[in-house]
Amino acid sequence: MKNKIKFIQGNEACVEGALYAGIDFFAGYPITPSTEIMEHLARRLPERGGKFIQMEDEIASMCAIIGASLTGRKSMTATSGPGFSLKQEAIGYACMTEIPCVIANVQRGGPSTGNPTHVSQGDVNQARWGTHGDHSIIALTASNHQDVFAMTVDAFNLAETYRTPVILLLDEAVGHMREKLIVPEEGELEIVDRLRTALGRDVDYHPYLPREDGRLPMSDFGGEHRFNVTGLFHDMWGFPSNNPKVINELLRHLVDKIENNVQAITRYKEHCLDDAEYILVSYGSSARSAIHLAKSRRNRGEKIGVLELQSLWPFPTELVREKCSNAKAVLVVEMNMGQVLAQVKAAVEKPDRVFLANRIDGKLITPSDIKKLLRVIQGRGV
Amino acid sequence: MAIQDYLRQRYFPHMWCPGCGHGTILNSLLRAIEELEIEKNDLVITSGIGCSARISGYVDFHSLHTMHGRALPCATGVKLSRPHLNVIVPMGDGDALAIGGNHFIHAARRNIDITAIVMNNRIYGMTGGQFSPLSGPGVNATTAPYKTIDNSFDTVKLAIAAGASFVARSTAYHAQESTDILKKAIQHKGFSVVEILSQCPTHYGRKNKEGDAASMLEFHKKNTARIGSKALEKNPDLTPRGIFVDVDTPEYCAEYEKIIAVASKEKM
Ligand SMILES: Cc1ncc(C[n+]2csc(CCOP(=O)(O)OP(=O)(O)O)c2C)c(N)n1
Ligand code: SF4
Ligand SMILES: [Mg+2]
Repeated sequence: MKNKIKFIQGNEACVEGALYAGIDFFAGYPITPSTEIMEHLARRLPERGGKFIQMEDEIASMCAIIGASLTGRKSMTATSGPGFSLKQEAIGYACMTEIPCVIANVQRGGPSTGNPTHVSQGDVNQARWGTHGDHSIIALTASNHQDVFAMTVDAFNLAETYRTPVILLLDEAVGHMREKLIVPEEGELEIVDRLRTALGRDVDYHPYLPREDGRLPMSDFGGEHRFNVTGLFHDMWGFPSNNPKVINELLRHLVDKIENNVQAITRYKEHCLDDAEYILVSYGSSARSAIHLAKSRRNRGEKIGVLELQSLWPFPTELVREKCSNAKAVLVVEMNMGQVLAQVKAAVEKPDRVFLANRIDGKLITPSDIKKLLRVIQGRGV
Repeated sequence: MAIQDYLRQRYFPHMWCPGCGHGTILNSLLRAIEELEIEKNDLVITSGIGCSARISGYVDFHSLHTMHGRALPCATGVKLSRPHLNVIVPMGDGDALAIGGNHFIHAARRNIDITAIVMNNRIYGMTGGQFSPLSGPGVNATTAPYKTIDNSFDTVKLAIAAGASFVARSTAYHAQESTDILKKAIQHKGFSVVEILSQCPTHYGRKNKEGDAASMLEFHKKNTARIGSKALEKNPDLTPRGIFVDVDTPEYCAEYEKIIAVASKEKM
């Protein structure tokens, strides 16, 4: 266990998770509150033969990890608000070309330069719809360092499994806060490695032909199979095509490979949820306050529980519906103007019993902020 | 190997207009690769978006057709992760120096071992004839109905100032010269920039009284001269061709290997 217990920032926990997952390549551009991720990787990656590069901007960073991933390297970038906006075109390119990669967005207040040093969860919808065109995406989040670590490992795993960019939606509070992390032993957490084609040199390899299980074995650039990669709609060889059938099938494949696997992708935690009459649905640093409130009210006999979401996209609609089915009321606790609220309302049977407990002023939402609203809903006055 | 062996027959016919200079440049490039006897599997061609960028799909190498302006950062990721690969990046003038201008100067500054080819037809061909940062003033374009007032970059001077360690210029008329220069550029360890003047008869020639492809090729011949030639001495207004810079300066991937050596020693 020597050196395995650390007292560090959430951003460093993300770095530890990335290293555990086998990151080989990082490209980034500094931006608060994500910068520590790149600073630590600048030191740590070359220690093990990995590569780090500070690019000229976030667009270039996103492009560089795409190029690196194609050569078979596990690749990641990290950013925040304005930088996340800049990356969107290339994120769409990675969706279209099915290139595994991880994008950490340590959220700060927006729009624009917004509130660089304060917490927000305003990028939930941008993570889903930031790039143009129909597509699907995976986004994970976490409320404490142990989970930041685990979700970072999961982000790399899911990127490889589904050949897709995965967004790690952290936030300023979790990113900058210091707390304990116990780094798991090797082998304790599952690591998904790149699925490579078993086809030999002279066999026609189809980079975009899914196997029966839906996965697409890859071949490294520089390896034995030469193929074309393009952001245009393309056939199974990667050649551009405007054949309506090819377009239709590719777009459906890009969406279905994720939307048909919501259950497998869903990550969540329950806190005191079993007989809860009032359910707080939350995620990221907001969930810390929700959990705190639920536990303290439990001690006084109130039936309050928390459903903590750790995967936000694809949204776990079925899970939310099922877990909230017996609730008298559901409070969505988040630091934006209701981005997950809209999803929860769409999921449950009684959307008029879903309320928003939020803060959008750069301050971390507190248990008493949530309690005030809860009191009103419970009809107990403030 | 014959030239056809480097082409993906499946992908033909190509999309270029008759008389487009881009096909000639592809020819020069493939001859250079052939003469250097580069293994197909050791070559990655990365391009952005434009008529020029379509080159990547036509050739039987590892090919990466990316986003408008973003070929160089994508290529940087490929090269830094697998430094043994040859990475060639053909770009249009808009691709390289408008939307991709920032990436261009920074790739040059790093001196990363990539061969950048600027296929300069002084126009946005693919989108139908808007002016580019290499059109210069006084040009007719669909977005300059009263002629352009924008000054142009000098690709060669820009590349040199930004730190490229190999900088050259040729034209689609001078196909053999282009091949010779490209061979040197590919062999050079560091960031190489080869500007090759191309022609877009469809959107530039017609509108700017340079006529059809044949007369545009004539134009390349008449308006350029080799560095050190009598012609250039007599008429300094001609556009110089040849190799302007070819120096040995530290290359990015090689320098990074030194970082790995230091960092992994410190770790132990
Ligand atoms: C982000 C983005 N902006 C604009 C375009 C539209 N577009 C495609 S190619 C092109 C210009 C191409 O001109 P150039 O790079 O000179 O190449 P050429 O076609 O002349 O070879 C433009 C503006 C695009 N595809 N992506
Ligand atoms: S539009 Fe111009 S640049 Fe494009 S293929 Fe035709 S001639 Fe070439
Ligand atoms: Mg052009």
